[in-house]
Amino acid sequence: MSRLVFFTQTYSSMPCRALPRMAAGLNSVSERGLLLLLVMMFLASTVLPIGAASSPEMTTRNVKGGHDLHQEPHGSGHHNYTKKAFPVLSLDYSHVRIPFEISLWVLLASLMKLGFHLIPRLSSIVPESCLLIVVGLLVGGLIKVVGEDPPVLDSQLFFLCLLPPIILDAGYFLPIRPFTENVGTILMFAVVGTLWNAFFVGGLLYAVCQIEGTNLANVDLLACLLFGSIISAVDPVAVLAVFEEIHINELLHILVFGESLLNDAVTVVLYHLFEEYAGVGSVSVADVCLGVISFLVVALGGILVGTIYGVLAAFTSRFTSHTRVIEPLFVFVYSYMAYLSAEVFHLSGIMALIACGAVMRPYVEANISHKSHTTIKYFLKMWSSVSETLIFIFLGVSTVAGPHSWDWTFVTVTVILCLVARVLGVVGLTYIINKFRIVKLTTKDQFIVAYGGLRGAIAFSLGYLLDRVQFPKRDLFLTAIITVIFFTVFVQGMTIRPLVDLLAVKKKQETKRSINEEIHTQFLDHLLTGIEDICGHYGHHHWKDKLNRFNKKYVKKCLIAGERSKEPQLIAFYHKMEMKQAIELVESGGGVKLPSAVPSTVSMQNIQPKKSPPPAYERALPQISQGREEEIRNILRTNLQKTRQRLRSYNRHTLVA
Amino acid sequence: MGALISVPGEFQHLAEKTGFSLEQIGILHRRFQQLSHGETTIRRENLRSIPDLSCNPIRSQIIQAFFDKRNFQQDGEGSVQEIGFEEFLTVMSHFRPPGRNLTPEEMEGLRREKLRFLFNMHDTDNDGTITLEEYRHVVEELLSRSGALGKETAKGIADAAMLEVASISVGHMVWAHS
Repeated sequence: MSRLVFFTQTYSSMPCRALPRMAAGLNSVSERGLLLLLVMMFLASTVLPIGAASSPEMTTRNVKGGHDLHQEPHGSGHHNYTKKAFPVLSLDYSHVRIPFEISLWVLLASLMKLGFHLIPRLSSIVPESCLLIVVGLLVGGLIKVVGEDPPVLDSQLFFLCLLPPIILDAGYFLPIRPFTENVGTILMFAVVGTLWNAFFVGGLLYAVCQIEGTNLANVDLLACLLFGSIISAVDPVAVLAVFEEIHINELLHILVFGESLLNDAVTVVLYHLFEEYAGVGSVSVADVCLGVISFLVVALGGILVGTIYGVLAAFTSRFTSHTRVIEPLFVFVYSYMAYLSAEVFHLSGIMALIACGAVMRPYVEANISHKSHTTIKYFLKMWSSVSETLIFIFLGVSTVAGPHSWDWTFVTVTVILCLVARVLGVVGLTYIINKFRIVKLTTKDQFIVAYGGLRGAIAFSLGYLLDRVQFPKRDLFLTAIITVIFFTVFVQGMTIRPLVDLLAVKKKQETKRSINEEIHTQFLDHLLTGIEDICGHYGHHHWKDKLNRFNKKYVKKCLIAGERSKEPQLIAFYHKMEMKQAIELVESGGGVKLPSAVPSTVSMQNIQPKKSPPPAYERALPQISQGREEEIRNILRTNLQKTRQRLRSYNRHTLVA
Repeated sequence: MGALISVPGEFQHLAEKTGFSLEQIGILHRRFQQLSHGETTIRRENLRSIPDLSCNPIRSQIIQAFFDKRNFQQDGEGSVQEIGFEEFLTVMSHFRPPGRNLTPEEMEGLRREKLRFLFNMHDTDNDGTITLEEYRHVVEELLSRSGALGKETAKGIADAAMLEVASISVGHMVWAHS
């Protein structure tokens, strides 16, 4: 690593214009080379121990040595024994094998991530998920070439270890307000959309299989429907991975992402339903009714479990003022327990995790220290990042490993049907949804929502879980699933960014709002609320206000420690900010000076020119420092009550109560 | 001051004037009756007694807006103590969403009207300009929910906001008559 530093320092000191570019190229070449070297070393060391551990020589040698020593007292006249020298250095890999390999994989994943970002152009063209799958393919290929069996993405490992961190990260930092504002739309897409996808794909696939000419006639209807339900769910991991990089506006992001989270319940129910009855061979109406009830139980039960654990976590955090160090642990463990508890009852673990994170967050954040908050945030981000990387790499490796049974018709028809089903579903649902929305979804929005329906590792794991005996076509299904995943992640993932730019979809508002905009927006918010109250129209968020009031009166008193429950959120925030500012002040050597002297009516004389005034105005104003501005923005944003949705035009409902 | 109106014929006149539909006017009339406890006019106390409004940080300004003559579309000045249904409706009509088929000029006019309403809300001393004092007052009202955030901070924020505006335009926020 010191060689890298050496290079950067030497080359960056060159004053010439062209040289840094060449230097960057050289840098990346040398860095790339070094990384590749490291990777090769690690791969070699991964592969060799696997080979060594399985070789019998070492073990027998040990045994033989033991034998010799054992025989020694019996053969008194025998001088056959060899006195073994005390082993100063010995090799015993088998007892650290599993942790060693896990660590190697994690290290490999992280190094890959590091490597991508060192290569400047690559990460802007190809999304990370694609690169990781390619790496997985390479690693899998390497392992196969060496002669070993590449590990497959074990479903247990996936569902119990790799998936929860990502979902918890998403749930804990879920932007509640856009989510609840759009929850109707999201639910429509998640439930109705997934059902439509599943049945459309499953049904049509079955129809295609019945056509003469393909030798797929023995794929029965229920198996097809099961396959359809596996393949139709939008995957949160893939969506997160791709959408994070394209910085799309909040509404679309929350729509696709929320859909990917909430469709878990539907997938779970459909999967279990079809799996159960695929053996039997028929589904009666009673079974369908049971399925519907099961869906409600799964979804609501998952949320309930999550809420219970969330409340427990919030309550626990009330008492942690003396043991600040383990505060993050409570957050993680309670959430994981929520996930596992939901999985025990075959409820939706993902929804439990989301509910737990979302419920506990406001109370936990009020109780824990600033440092714990940072710890939680960065641990979650770190784990979810590593998990995601591992998932994609394993996906690649599993592709090389898994038994494949390729059938042109089946696979291509699947891919096409998935696309068609998604587009039709989104268009149809949007038509219905737009009747109930104020901010309608435009065609561009619909396109992005349809195009962003990526499939990922969840589909693969569910497919992998299928029993080979019950489903003779399992390998065919797996191949098709992998193809769809590859297609969506590679083709759709790579092209979505240029398409977003091409269609000029509204991006996330990168420029922060000016102070005036904040003030006026909040002013308008309150104004509209007041007018609504005057004209006696309770509006969309009446129940929300009731919930807020309930929250303030009872819940906060229980779950937030001591005096903090009475303290408005702003004061706690203000304290944290003051502390942060004090720290910054000390670090910067007391540099930041806030302009305190401002005339009461802004007088325009004798002030320094500002950066880009219109030419007519030569006079300008004292600059507000960045830090001060930021502080003010934050105060405004957090303090001013958000009582109503800001996008709403007033007369959303007609005045018919 | 409108006389007691319960005749639908009068509503027609109001509908034309304010642009509400007859159904909407009927509902608002019922609400007006409820607020005024059956009288023909409402006072500030009637509006203040609305429970949900008490949580609103800028309630006094909202209530004031109803009694501000400038919002009655009659080029009046100053404020009144009590208003009738017609004035109530007129103030409410500022919040009507624009109709479907408006020409760009009509849209522009509507927008100016709404902005004018907002401007009047800020300009409490009716002099046609919003001074820093008035703006400071607005910010203080907005932040008044959390008592501990003192006057100093509000003052600082208002000053910063004024600076920001002034960096784009000049001096006081003057309503440009054009």
